[in-house]
Amino acid sequence: MSTQDQTMTAPAPAPAKVAKISFVEGLHMALDEAMGADENVIALGEDVGDAQGGGVFKITKGLSTKYGVNRVRATPISEQAIIGAAVGAALVGMRPVAEIMLMNFVTVAMDQIVNHAAKLRFMSGGQTHVPLVIRTTTGVGVGFGGQHSDMLEAWFAHVPGLKVVMASNPADAYGLLHSAIEDDDPVILIENILCYGIQGPAPTPGYRVPLGKAAITREGTDVSIISYGKAVLDALAVAERLAAEGVSVEVVDLRTIAPFDEATVLASVGKTGRAVIVHEAVKAYGTGAEMSSRIHEELFGQLHAPVQRVGGTYSPVPFSPALEKAWIHSQDQITAAVRRTLDWKKPR
Amino acid sequence: MPEAVAVADRATSQTSPTSPDRATLLEIYRRTVLINRTDERFRQLLMTGKLQIVYYPVRGQEVLSAAMMTALKPDDYLVTTYRGVHDQLAKGIPSKLLWAECAGRSTGTCKGKGGPMHITHPETGVMVTTGVVGSGLPIANGLALASQNRGDGKVTVVSFGDGATNIGAFHEAMNMAQLWKLPVIFLCQNNLFGEHTAYAAHTSVPSIVDRAASYGMKGVKTDGNDPVAMYETAKAAVDRARAGEGPTLIEAMTFRMLGHLFGADFSYVPKELTEAGIANDPVPRFRNRLLEMQVTESELAALEAKVEAEIDEAVEFALASPFPDVSELRIDVVKQELAA
Ligand SMILES: Cc1ncc(C[n+]2csc(CCOP(=O)(O)OP(=O)(O)O)c2C)c(N)n1
Repeated sequence: MSTQDQTMTAPAPAPAKVAKISFVEGLHMALDEAMGADENVIALGEDVGDAQGGGVFKITKGLSTKYGVNRVRATPISEQAIIGAAVGAALVGMRPVAEIMLMNFVTVAMDQIVNHAAKLRFMSGGQTHVPLVIRTTTGVGVGFGGQHSDMLEAWFAHVPGLKVVMASNPADAYGLLHSAIEDDDPVILIENILCYGIQGPAPTPGYRVPLGKAAITREGTDVSIISYGKAVLDALAVAERLAAEGVSVEVVDLRTIAPFDEATVLASVGKTGRAVIVHEAVKAYGTGAEMSSRIHEELFGQLHAPVQRVGGTYSPVPFSPALEKAWIHSQDQITAAVRRTLDWKKPR
Repeated sequence: MPEAVAVADRATSQTSPTSPDRATLLEIYRRTVLINRTDERFRQLLMTGKLQIVYYPVRGQEVLSAAMMTALKPDDYLVTTYRGVHDQLAKGIPSKLLWAECAGRSTGTCKGKGGPMHITHPETGVMVTTGVVGSGLPIANGLALASQNRGDGKVTVVSFGDGATNIGAFHEAMNMAQLWKLPVIFLCQNNLFGEHTAYAAHTSVPSIVDRAASYGMKGVKTDGNDPVAMYETAKAAVDRARAGEGPTLIEAMTFRMLGHLFGADFSYVPKELTEAGIANDPVPRFRNRLLEMQVTESELAALEAKVEAEIDEAVEFALASPFPDVSELRIDVVKQELAA
């Protein structure tokens, strides 16, 4: 089954002179365009105003000057108040894009996210809903240590009512943020700090990445690597490496983690018969466990090997560069996991 | 002795610009009676087993809520808590819909999917009812922020108890509201207890309202059991908010005449306090005051009979309504199901 269409495919391989943008520019462009198109779109978060430098990662740079400080509100360091204000504004039809400076700080705002944003549509019997976007950033490899590096997507994926998305390239960042803002439910967009500098083909204006739809980023026939965010880049590198040995790897970029595109994943694994799931978050109890389980439930008889998972170590993210490098998945680990699926001998 | 008791009744002859006129006072009384009789009916049905829900009585807190909501316009916003029946009725949610929701019926405000602790009814401005102590304040800021950006002139009131003022969200929200001069009113219903813990054992300052000063916010302490004082305080805060002058923290002194929830132990409340609270019951006191103001007995009796009839009808409607279909489980989780 082909799940690809115009909007779902990753940007086509760049022709000779295609315009390039960075991940940061993709996010900035989407936010700027959305604010320009609809005055209900507002941004709020710590340091997001131009008086504060346009955001720690410059995603909002220039926007408070352009749209005013009422629409781009630099907030106090008050995560509960930021998300709470975004929830309240969203309840009456605004489309707030709230920034939580680093993903670990969502812990402070969990009540607003989990008990309120996620549930108000259901608990009100559909009378209200919360079209809120929470943008947050994180990533292993920056040397931030234990309290600034966690990938917590599994927490949110576990809560009915929340959508969780993560881009792997600038055009998708642009297309996903637009879709998130246009969505009528709360969406959490996780940005990897290490992706911010990535350059990629610029999206055409109007480009959207639909929520809940994965992309087949590279086609292959022997094994499927399912991933999202920065780990997709590792998956692609491994696919390239293995192609030299004659192994054909298909790479599925989920783009939306919850709800996850089961149809695309099952179609890919149904075709290859082998799956490796790669994510940066701690492997134990991660989203890979859920996906692996669903693949086993649906494709048990067709699998040539059990689904493999590659993820972060079950420890806090360490500071020392030597340890941090060992903590996160490596391309070698992914390669080894692929080989395990290829070499699997069915026990008799 | 509760402070509410210590604050003397104020004469209704006062003529401040925020004083309620006769019609307004009668409207506050109607809402007071509606709350009072509804609360009583809930307890009756629970006692006889006709209804089985977790219920947080509002007995004793009727007047403050009735007066506050009467100072609002119908389309102003309200965020309230699990102990919110008084606020919801006073704000205007039709009795039938409220009862049906509390009984978990498909005809309720939220199709039975919210329940007593999660009542929403945007038509009457009731945007959120939360079961998480203190979490309404940040959300109220967001509603007020939307009004500020849109210039729609709406005011948001958020209700919470004295115990809630010790949650971090209270402090974050107070600071942000004052910083941004949001049209929001923080209504602390100080009923002297947070569950089983007495005020002095849970709060470091003598009065909640003292905390307003930390944020440069206007704070007013008032006798929430006095309809005139409460209305004047509420009206002044509403006027300030509408004029763009920013938020107010109101500490309305009151007394929770019953346990934290229906059927709960009440023995931890000192006997003198309970006795003083009963002696100070705001509902008959309000009624007597109206009679002194030449409102006739028959006028009040007619009003009360009308309220009773409204509740009779609501209870009947609720109990006769069907439970929601099981298919509702998968509806309203998100706008549309994307994948399984
Ligand atoms: C965050 C949180 N902690 C604890 C509880 C349990 N709880 C429910 S009501 C309550 C007491 C709250 O007291 P107060 O704010 O004074 O309000 P009141 O019930 O007196 O109206 C507590 C502790 C809760 N619902 N939410």
